[in-house]
Amino acid sequence: MNGTLILFYFLSAIVLVFAAVSMFTRKIFRAAICLLASLVGIAGIYLLWDMDFIAALQIIIYVGGIVVLIIFSIFLTHRASEKLARQSLIRRVRAMIIAIAGFVFTAWVLLSTQFPEASPASSNQLSVEQIGIQMMSYDKFGYLLPFEVISFLLLGALVGSITIAIKHKKI
Amino acid sequence: MIPLSHILIVSSALFFLGVYGFFARRNLITILMSVELILNSANINFIAFNKYLYPDKLDGVFFTLFIITIAAAEVSLALAIIINLYRRYNTIDIEDTKEMKF
Repeated sequence: MNGTLILFYFLSAIVLVFAAVSMFTRKIFRAAICLLASLVGIAGIYLLWDMDFIAALQIIIYVGGIVVLIIFSIFLTHRASEKLARQSLIRRVRAMIIAIAGFVFTAWVLLSTQFPEASPASSNQLSVEQIGIQMMSYDKFGYLLPFEVISFLLLGALVGSITIAIKHKKI
Repeated sequence: MIPLSHILIVSSALFFLGVYGFFARRNLITILMSVELILNSANINFIAFNKYLYPDKLDGVFFTLFIITIAAAEVSLALAIIINLYRRYNTIDIEDTKEMKF
């Protein structure tokens, strides 16, 4: 038991507990806040693996963008202290059966798979410079084309969401 | 070094928590939150495999970047649809908005 392992179990306990509260609570605002804590815990796990860039991106986009957007729309569509209606028992039991069966099957497959031996921890630190060079190169293993496609997708999604959410004047 | 199978167990537990929320909830915003959890568990898997199996390559990092971008696009579009739905029907419960049900 070294420090990294203990820290990993602690962080994953935080992630799973907050995700579970976020999925099981009936207060929607509390669900959003617990989702935020869970996403911060995932960023902590990335930091544990020396993935600084991905952790920063996780904090900026998920915590700073997506959860704030979700909280805004909760305030637009709910009263603040309103509880969600209790779901019917059959719906919850069905969802629980699907989730538990899937988890047991996946865990069984994972535990019976022999993964190739983890290669020794590479000393080369993942640098942002490396990521930028590979993302912008168009020879072998370059990611310029997916980058452009994803930028068009993002542009299309933003224009589309403005078009959908705009208020039409009654004529 | 953290064993790889423990990481995969954690991420699959996160995935199936999201699946539970996706099937059990009826409110559209909470369904959106469970989709976020599912995408995040996929991200953890990509980063773990990149770190453990191919530590000298960057492909898992790029897939994670693209998944985060797609999640941002998806959330903006879904919230626009939800707000439009609330404006027309005054509810965002998936069982109450049944105009397009066959």
